[in-house]
Amino acid sequence: MSASPLISLSGITKTYGRGHAAFQALKGIDLEIDSGDFLAIMGPSGSGKSTTMNILGCLDTPTSGSYRLKDVQVERLERSQRALLRRHCLGFVFQGFNLLPRTTALENVELPLIYRGEPASSRHEAARAALAQVGLKGWESHTPAELSGGQQQRVAIARAIVTRPEVLLADEPTGNLDTRTSREIMELIVSLNEKLGITVLMVTHEPDIAAYARRVVHFVDGFLESDERKREIL
Amino acid sequence: MFWNTLLLSLRAIRRNLMRSFLTVLGIVIGVAAVVVMVTLGNGATKSVSDQISSMGSNLLMVMPGQRFGPGSDAAPSFKSADIDAIKSQISSAEWVAPITGKSATTVYQSKNWPTVVSGTTNDYFHAGNWELSAGRMFTDAEERGGKAVCVIGETVRQKLFGRQNPVGSEIRVKEFSCEVVGVLKSKGQSGMGSDQDDSIIMPLRTVQRRLTGTQDVSRFTVSVRKGASIDAATKQLTLLLRERRKIGENEEDDFRVMDTRQITQTLTSTTKILTMLLSAVAAVSLLVGGIGIMNIMLVSVTERTREIGIRLAIGALEREVLLQFLVEAVVLSSMGGIVGIVLATLSSMALAHAMNIPYLFDVKINLLSFLFSAAIGVIFGYFPARRAAGLNPIDALRHE
Ligand SMILES: Nc1ncnc2c1ncn2[C@@H]1O[C@H](COP(=O)(O)OP(=O)(O)OP(=O)(O)O)[C@@H](O)[C@H]1O
Ligand SMILES: [Mg+2]
Repeated sequence: MSASPLISLSGITKTYGRGHAAFQALKGIDLEIDSGDFLAIMGPSGSGKSTTMNILGCLDTPTSGSYRLKDVQVERLERSQRALLRRHCLGFVFQGFNLLPRTTALENVELPLIYRGEPASSRHEAARAALAQVGLKGWESHTPAELSGGQQQRVAIARAIVTRPEVLLADEPTGNLDTRTSREIMELIVSLNEKLGITVLMVTHEPDIAAYARRVVHFVDGFLESDERKREIL
Repeated sequence: MFWNTLLLSLRAIRRNLMRSFLTVLGIVIGVAAVVVMVTLGNGATKSVSDQISSMGSNLLMVMPGQRFGPGSDAAPSFKSADIDAIKSQISSAEWVAPITGKSATTVYQSKNWPTVVSGTTNDYFHAGNWELSAGRMFTDAEERGGKAVCVIGETVRQKLFGRQNPVGSEIRVKEFSCEVVGVLKSKGQSGMGSDQDDSIIMPLRTVQRRLTGTQDVSRFTVSVRKGASIDAATKQLTLLLRERRKIGENEEDDFRVMDTRQITQTLTSTTKILTMLLSAVAAVSLLVGGIGIMNIMLVSVTERTREIGIRLAIGALEREVLLQFLVEAVVLSSMGGIVGIVLATLSSMALAHAMNIPYLFDVKINLLSFLFSAAIGVIFGYFPARRAAGLNPIDALRHE
């Protein structure tokens, strides 16, 4: 194990709203994640899993606490620096897909590469390859409205992995998929993790899916309740 | 970087084809309305001043009575002797043309055409800058003897003779027949809406004897010699006429002397007011177009805010997103502006042709309405985006 972990959260809290309406979704999270790890986050609905993922994905800022990613103190960064961190290091799969409507699967997957400034030819190739990896060969020119929930999910995954990010954050990536497709997607994620060394942080409700991870943490009510490392991988 | 932004903007336009189309349409209508109105107004003004300057800028028109226009309020007409007196006593008067007119139907073979017959002298052609496209003016003998000869305007020639050469033919005017000796070169529509080419000119005597039956001259035109003062000539003329018409010192003139400048001013100011009114109406349509665009943009704000959230979440910089929206707005509104201007140019050319007024391309109004429409597009396309791009990505994504 390297001396300093890839990600370290300490004392992270998140309060939504103000005054009487204020609601504390995270009540002090401490978590360290090593590079190359595969972490599953479990917990009941409303326990703060998505909130944590959003903070980890630099999409939202914590109310207090510190977040270090790759020796960078994230809460001290400017908006644009956080955007560059998202562009170059992070891939995010949203719980609600968040694909651009009326835009083909190919163009959706290309989008992060356009912002990275990839030339058109390699961009198309990479986007096609990513779609093929998630089993959507032949669906490139379909728009989200023409795809099933599971297919949209896979487009969202393709968009997150097309850049080969250092960290892949996935909020219930198999939430809408049948068992067989779930297994295929999980095998893909495992291979990205093992072959390319991509660090994976994944939220899931299903123990079967969590079983693919090397480490599982449980959230309850804004706290980190348990943290277990799979023995067979250790 | 720029090409990528352009690519993203064009994709966004294609993705929202209906919205883009409506935006462009709003701008097209606004721009086209303003440009057409102003262009036609300018054309009308130009046509009025052209017509008047084709009469010559140094003309005095004298008519009995104080009312503007033909006819008189019981004031006596002029006599041929008045004309002679002016010719001999006012040195700055170059040409003095008495005019007495009557409407009459003219007939040639099976065709007939109602027009105005004016009795005058050769001075009329010189004073009014009339040129002949065929034939000749009157001879002294014809003028003195009141012979049945005439010079016809271009419109009359077309109506009666078509492609034939009229010179030498006889036409019938009322009960007498009359030889065509010349044809006037066309001057076109006059500013007052009447056709200057729709007339027949005969010697004064002929008209007095055969049509009006009096020795009266209903009005006359004086052209002032180059370099001489028009105001001085007006004053001299007024004094002379007052004396000849025996108007007492405290009485008002019972005739009116107008110079072409005055007429030009009156008429052009009328068309200018008309242009302004039309432009105001057109400006309203530009505004309505703008409000339409605003509507379309505001309705789509939710969707676009989420789109911005998605872009930010996958690593777009705020300024990249803004640039994309700016390019998108500029592309749409300039497309609308260009289409609007092209449409306006074509339709104002066609309308100007139909209305018989010149077509003038007005750079200023084209530029102005283009910029205005571009500003609308940019303001309503860009500023909502600016708000959204300043949000946390996650808040933009959650926007409802
Ligand atoms: N924008 C927000 N404003 C106010 N409260 C919020 C907001 N987002 C989340 N919350 C609250 O914070 C708590 C944690 O939400 P979070 O989305 O992290 O839950 P979760 O663990 O992901 O649940 P699920 O499994 O249902 O996705 C919830 O009680 C939710 O109501
Ligand atoms: Mg969640």
